[in-house]
Amino acid sequence: MPWRNMVIGALILGLFSVVGTGLVALTFKGTAARIAENERQSLLRNLHQIIAPTEHDNDLDSDLITVTDPALPGGNEGVKVYRARLGGQPVAAVLATRSNGGYSGNIRLLVGIRYNGTLAGVRVVSHKETPGLGDGIEAERSDWILGFSGKSLHNPEEKGWKVKKDGGQFDQFTGATVTPRAVVEAVYQTLRYYQQHREALFAEAPDSDDDDEHDDQHPDQHRDQHPDQQKAESD
Amino acid sequence: MSDISYAEISRNGLWSNNVALVQVLGLCPLLAVTATAINGLGLGLATLLVLLCSNVTVSLIRNLVRPEIRIPVFVLVIASFVTAVELAMNAFFHDLYKVLGIFIPLIVTNCAILGRAEAFASRNSVSRSLLDALTMGLGFTLILVLLGTLRELVGRGTLFSQAHMMFGEAARWLSVTVIDDYQGFLLAILPPGAFIGLGLLIALKNLIDQRAAARQKITAPVPQQATA
Repeated sequence: MPWRNMVIGALILGLFSVVGTGLVALTFKGTAARIAENERQSLLRNLHQIIAPTEHDNDLDSDLITVTDPALPGGNEGVKVYRARLGGQPVAAVLATRSNGGYSGNIRLLVGIRYNGTLAGVRVVSHKETPGLGDGIEAERSDWILGFSGKSLHNPEEKGWKVKKDGGQFDQFTGATVTPRAVVEAVYQTLRYYQQHREALFAEAPDSDDDDEHDDQHPDQHRDQHPDQQKAESD
Repeated sequence: MSDISYAEISRNGLWSNNVALVQVLGLCPLLAVTATAINGLGLGLATLLVLLCSNVTVSLIRNLVRPEIRIPVFVLVIASFVTAVELAMNAFFHDLYKVLGIFIPLIVTNCAILGRAEAFASRNSVSRSLLDALTMGLGFTLILVLLGTLRELVGRGTLFSQAHMMFGEAARWLSVTVIDDYQGFLLAILPPGAFIGLGLLIALKNLIDQRAAARQKITAPVPQQATA
């Protein structure tokens, strides 16, 4: 009888879905804590490249606020601001900004600014620039990004905050001007925003609870994966 | 079909029916991640692990699953294992996981895995399916690493860079800068380099096969049988 076969087929399929989901759920439970810890460690590693661990005594990864302001690069989607303090006094802020001026996709930056407005350092968290040309913005590939340290809104003055090709102070790369131009522009915008909002940035109460923090981390990751998913075709 | 010898299975997987060189399956991850040898090795091992799990499972349930629903069941089995492997990699090889990114979940769509489940594991004993998965997976991994090594060497002038992402800090010595002050050869790192590299590898394999066939003809004129 055909309906009998259909029911048995459906039952077997259902059984496998339950077993498969169970396997995934078990693995998820077993690895969730470790994955969260990995993500925390890799975030702290990035932040500590900019602000040395000895310069602050607060938890960088929990003393954060999310700023939504179009004046900040990538600010439409919310920019995380990590605040470093020593003995309760503000030391520096690290703004996780995003530039869409690159050659392809977003360039995600960490811009660390000391309380007095000088740059503590800039690092690229992720980008999709051309390997071998635009990837000189990575600290592992060249020292270019380290050149921002110590600069500020008035060192150089506004005219200097451009790549050399545009009459500014910053080097471009051979064969790639778009990428460094985007980074310089984003850093400058971030500095300007910081100057106007410094007190507010340090005064605001940190985002509530860890749970919230994870909630807004997740959509962020998904958004980043989208361009990849579209590009990567299955065969 | 069911009497296929273990030696024959091994030869098929590693050489004469190699996933990457002969079946030319799983090209998307193959071409995308092989910019360095370590990336290739990471994805190769992940694929191998999924292939082992799925082949053994499919072989175990081959008499239980009716033909009408076998494909959905296989896909379900494969997808579950891939997700588990993805989570495990995120937990234990976090840096490598971040580099390979989207290509780990995309192992689900690697036709080679569904292909082995359908063409081999669903018709053969568990031990034969296990060996098939092992040799097919190793054959795939081998080509991923070979292509990654070639592209890394030509494109960046290094070997096994970022080995620490896979083997921990103790393995940093594995990373070798072969050519100092190398300017890099962009074509090799970009996707076209992957196509050209794979083409060269396939050509090399065909050349070796031809040579072997020619030599066999001289020593013993036995008619060649076509495999694959």
